[in-house]
Amino acid sequence: MTIVTNATPGNLSQPLALLTHGLSFRWSEHETPIKFPDIQLPAGEHLFLQGASGSGKSTLLGLLAGMSRPTGGQLSVLGTELASLSRRKRDRFRADHQGVIFQQFNLVPYLSALDNVLLPCRLSSHRARRATPTPLQQAETLLQALDVPGSHWRKSVNHLSVGQQQRVAAARALIGSPPLILADEPTSALDADNRDRFIELLLAQCQHSETSVIFVSHDRSLASHFHHHISLTSRQEEAA
Amino acid sequence: MKIKLALSLALASLWHRKGVLALVTLTLTLSVSLLLGVQYLRQEVRQSFTSTIAGTDLIVGARSGPLNLLLYTVFHIGDATNNIRWSTYQSLKEDPRIDWLVPISLGDNYRGYRVVGTDPGFYRHFRFGNDRPLQMQQGQWFDGVFEVVMGAEVARRMQHQVGDKITLSHGTGRISFLDHGDHPFTVSGILAPTGTPVDRAVYISLEGMEAIHIGWETGAPMPGRTVSSEQALQRDLTPKSITAALVGIERRVLTFQVQRAINTSSQEPLSAILPGVALSELWRLLGQFERALLAITVFVVITSLVGLVAVLLTLQAQRRREIAVLRATGASPGLIASLYALECTLLAVTACGLALLLGATGIALASPWLLDTWGLHVALRPLTPDEWKILAGVPVAALLVSLLPAWRAYRGSLHQGLTPPG
Repeated sequence: MTIVTNATPGNLSQPLALLTHGLSFRWSEHETPIKFPDIQLPAGEHLFLQGASGSGKSTLLGLLAGMSRPTGGQLSVLGTELASLSRRKRDRFRADHQGVIFQQFNLVPYLSALDNVLLPCRLSSHRARRATPTPLQQAETLLQALDVPGSHWRKSVNHLSVGQQQRVAAARALIGSPPLILADEPTSALDADNRDRFIELLLAQCQHSETSVIFVSHDRSLASHFHHHISLTSRQEEAA
Repeated sequence: MKIKLALSLALASLWHRKGVLALVTLTLTLSVSLLLGVQYLRQEVRQSFTSTIAGTDLIVGARSGPLNLLLYTVFHIGDATNNIRWSTYQSLKEDPRIDWLVPISLGDNYRGYRVVGTDPGFYRHFRFGNDRPLQMQQGQWFDGVFEVVMGAEVARRMQHQVGDKITLSHGTGRISFLDHGDHPFTVSGILAPTGTPVDRAVYISLEGMEAIHIGWETGAPMPGRTVSSEQALQRDLTPKSITAALVGIERRVLTFQVQRAINTSSQEPLSAILPGVALSELWRLLGQFERALLAITVFVVITSLVGLVAVLLTLQAQRRREIAVLRATGASPGLIASLYALECTLLAVTACGLALLLGATGIALASPWLLDTWGLHVALRPLTPDEWKILAGVPVAALLVSLLPAWRAYRGSLHQGLTPPG
């Protein structure tokens, strides 16, 4: 795997949201490890990670979220060496410091929109403390800012459109102002209008709370919204 | 772990899947109701059975096994092998160690219900349940030779009132071709229900029993030798023999001594039994069946629990996305596993609650029928500690079986990536 677009961010005078060096991962001992590019992302800045399917985007996000442990290399997220933490501590780290948005099926189906947004504050007292003035008020503010109609807040999330569901997921990632947001193809299920609106709303909120964003997508056209971009190549491309 | 969060998530999740889960909960509710019902009835039947006779220290009859003697004297099942001579009964009466003696003479029936020839001592001394005496519901205990007292069930089934005239039949079988039609008896009283075989018998005096059998020495009426009721009253109606006797001992410590004396009596071969011991022996025999019944219902509950786990395991596949969201938000694999354990246990608790409700309603509705058909007094009562234990065992068993889906969810969470499956 190589860096195709050489736009590796790096302003060393600022604290780093993410620092990777020689990072590699393999699912089993018989497989060749996937190697990831070195990344330095200053806090508060937004990184676009582009790559075709099979390029290891989701694997990299899994490592950054602490779901899996790297096989080799350095991985420092918000100044914490994730690889040195136990599984339990990595779970806690994710609850306290990261917001995650998926491509779809982002919401717990039996909770209302508001309860979905409040979920991180119930899992992490750290997030609850940072949600000001109160978690409920911040949830309402975020849902309003992300254009989710008030009439839908207390209803089952199954009544929401895909676009609204993604915006509720964004509000959930943003509540309690985590310093880092990981977004895995959050716009791929949206049409062009909804896609741009979603990115604008998300990035505006992140700008407002000085949150770093790592946004993964296969769609190169989105790169212009972000401060930095990196392209990952698939193993097949690499082999060619 | 965040118990409060896990509990609220489990409740919301159960409510979300109420359609599917309602059916498994119904199955579990029915099986728990069955289990609880069997245990409840077992308790009631045992209680009713073991307290069929109380306050009587010995039952004396012709020599036979204790169960046979108990069955024909108390439960009116089967027949005596022989009778006791009246003289022997009289000599027992003179024994200073014996406080009271109640004669029992069997051999006739009224439409299938046994006729018990006895004396007023029966009404005075017979006890059942927790030392409860007999009570009259209507009228009074017989006074005349041709008066009869009815057990509650006989009166209810045959719709008799005090003052009605009835005809007794010869023999102990349900169907008899020989009636004592020339000696009608008048109902003088009806006993209050006892929930014991007393309810299913009619009581006449020994003299009455003797009177209707004048001219029946060969076992059937001999033409020319039978007499009318008026003529019978002129005769000496002292019985020549009786079937058995209930004995109250002056001082309880002497019971075994008296029992041995009767068993070894040289007057005639007799058996004296301790009714409590014989009742327990009989219950031990019957108890096998009720224990087997309980074991079957336990298996029914286990089957329902396995069904519940099968449903939870099936739902697990559908829940992978939701679990991925919870994991990405920072929920630990332990929290995910606890959701399954909590959901299973909550369902079992719900089923237990519903089963209690169902059971209480069922007993309230069925108790008149049980009394009518089986003579069983089943009233609503608080559960015994043993019944509570059985009931509490259901959620505990549910928790144990839920460990399988919980463990699978735990392992699955460990190996799941960040992104949910598509």
